[in-house]
Amino acid sequence: MEEREIAIRISGVKKRYRLGAIGGRTLQAELQSRWARFRGREDPNSRIGSDPSLIGQEFYALKGIDLSIYKGERVGIIGNNGAGKSTLLKLLCRITAPTEGEIDLYGRITSLLEIGTGFHRELSGRENIYMNGAILGMSRAEIDERLDDIIAFSEIGEFIDTPVKRYSSGMFVKLAFAVSAHLSSDILIMDEVLAVGDMAFQHKCLQKMRAAADEEGKTVLYVSHNMDTIRRLCSRCIVLDRGSVLYDGEVEGAIAVYMNQALSENAVDTDLRGKGIAKAETLRLERLLLENKCSNKYESGEAPVFQLRLRNTEPLSLLKLRLSFRTESDTAVGTAWSAPFSLDEAGTHTLRFTFPADILAKGVLYGSIGVYRSDELGRSICLDHVTRAFKIELSGLPIWDLSTHGYVAFPDMTVEEVL
Amino acid sequence: MDSPDHIHISASQRPLELKLGELWEYRELVLLITRRRLTVSYTQTILGPLWLLINPLLSSVVYVILFGNIARLSTDGVPQLLFYLFGSALWTYFSSCVSRNASTFTDNAYIFGKIYFPRLVMPVSVLLSSLSLLLIQLLPALLLLVYYLFVGAVQPHWAYLPLVPPAILLLGLMGMGTGIVISSMTTRYRDLNVLVGFGLQLWMYGSPVVYPLSTLSGLIRELVLWNPVTAPVELLRYALFGSGSLLWGRLLYSLLFTLLLCLCGIAVFNRVERTFMDTV
Repeated sequence: MEEREIAIRISGVKKRYRLGAIGGRTLQAELQSRWARFRGREDPNSRIGSDPSLIGQEFYALKGIDLSIYKGERVGIIGNNGAGKSTLLKLLCRITAPTEGEIDLYGRITSLLEIGTGFHRELSGRENIYMNGAILGMSRAEIDERLDDIIAFSEIGEFIDTPVKRYSSGMFVKLAFAVSAHLSSDILIMDEVLAVGDMAFQHKCLQKMRAAADEEGKTVLYVSHNMDTIRRLCSRCIVLDRGSVLYDGEVEGAIAVYMNQALSENAVDTDLRGKGIAKAETLRLERLLLENKCSNKYESGEAPVFQLRLRNTEPLSLLKLRLSFRTESDTAVGTAWSAPFSLDEAGTHTLRFTFPADILAKGVLYGSIGVYRSDELGRSICLDHVTRAFKIELSGLPIWDLSTHGYVAFPDMTVEEVL
Repeated sequence: MDSPDHIHISASQRPLELKLGELWEYRELVLLITRRRLTVSYTQTILGPLWLLINPLLSSVVYVILFGNIARLSTDGVPQLLFYLFGSALWTYFSSCVSRNASTFTDNAYIFGKIYFPRLVMPVSVLLSSLSLLLIQLLPALLLLVYYLFVGAVQPHWAYLPLVPPAILLLGLMGMGTGIVISSMTTRYRDLNVLVGFGLQLWMYGSPVVYPLSTLSGLIRELVLWNPVTAPVELLRYALFGSGSLLWGRLLYSLLFTLLLCLCGIAVFNRVERTFMDTV
């Protein structure tokens, strides 16, 4: 294989954030907080419901990332919330600096972290193109050269001289994408921007990005929760998990790893320890069991019954169980909550819960499980949550065929004639 | 070494990094943002850019009544309207350099959080747009000056005229330096933003803009002389109206003060800029 040119080299990059240190406070608030902590009282400025023992603790959003990305690659980055995707992009875009490590970027970077940043509402579309180009360090002449292509791609047409504040959100997205895709950068960084805009335009964008990589040798870095666009765009995919690289390789492999991160070999008995996001110290999910099953396949009409083992360090009340399902392309199907319950003693408990059999239809579903607590204001505070903790396969209802499909079977409708 | 084609990002940073080369690469952006600042603020107003002329005229009239006629402050023989018109335009320029730069990080938090460009672009464009506004606002003062020249009411020191642009730039840089030092500190403590308005008001009364230095004596004069704004303002009046005073030593002091302020300011600014997004 020929020697490939490197585009991005990331070596030993770590990023540390301090918990509870919400900056931009007033001097008075800072003195107040210090005085309160000095006297051992509760900090009057801390957020309600946050765990005071976490204040001042450090937290690594990235725990040492080493990656080499080559010219012309289309790299997808996936991972659960909190995996460090956005932090990594922010470092690459130089929005914030790493705590440790080095990054080398070979080539000019265009980032599209959010649609229309750098756009000024009062300026016209045309003026904004120049403005955005200048933000990327491009000269007027360079932008002039591409102006017609940008306007054509954006489908804005005659509105190009109208202030962008009069644009519809769709037009805004199209213009912003057109600018980023056409400006002469070597590395294109995108964070789920394709989520907006109509399907036809999404398709056009993906095609444009593929072409940019294949024909012009641009490097594309794309972060998304949408597995379909990852499949269509990327040639390589990286899975991040809690600040580290979990997988780096071909796309299908990465998606499989991402979807099955929390799953264990044994499909009916999952060890949940260390897989959750564990916001509080008081409760930990430990184990999930599909009751009376030796596989994770469910026949029609068979209600899934689960056993959840958890450990709490103090008596807890107003707890709620949360169960949500996602499809194989990571689209949310729905969420179920339990009625409030209490754990009156500290220790290990096993809970049994059932999901109604007649709702789930056909297909493979990933289930996420979490325990939440209602606070004084009725809000749900997450104690521990494991995303994609288990996976079930439903063979489908007998009537499920071409004319009846989807993951959820809705209740029957009522029909009557209007007289 | 950084070039447009290779960017190196490292956790460690040299202590005094000015990044002026990068700023130069982004000069087009500086000009665009400067122009945007000038045009955008007056779209959808009836009088448009006329406000630029009305504002200093109105405040000068107030000064003429307040300081000239009620407090009976001297203007060193310069016609009152000219004196205050010039003073208020100059102070507006200086104070906008300070106050609009003081909130650089908080005003631009959104765009700074989404896209990278040298953050110094913002302060420099504030300086340039304030400078352009000053030139516009000085127009009525210049017309008035021509009239009084014709009448023979003022005798400028023509030989010192070439010092006028550098003195104006010096004031602007001093304002920008002060502004970015404050902006670097406001990322942690927002209180400072509130103090800026009050501080600037105090600073104005401590500077010879609505009164000439010659009216002061004793300790107060000594204090005002330590104000780095004093010497350039007096120089400007000396050159244009023939009234102020030449304070070479104080001018040098102003120059050094500004140089040091800008160097430290930019270094601190660049340091804060790296991670301020984590705390906003």
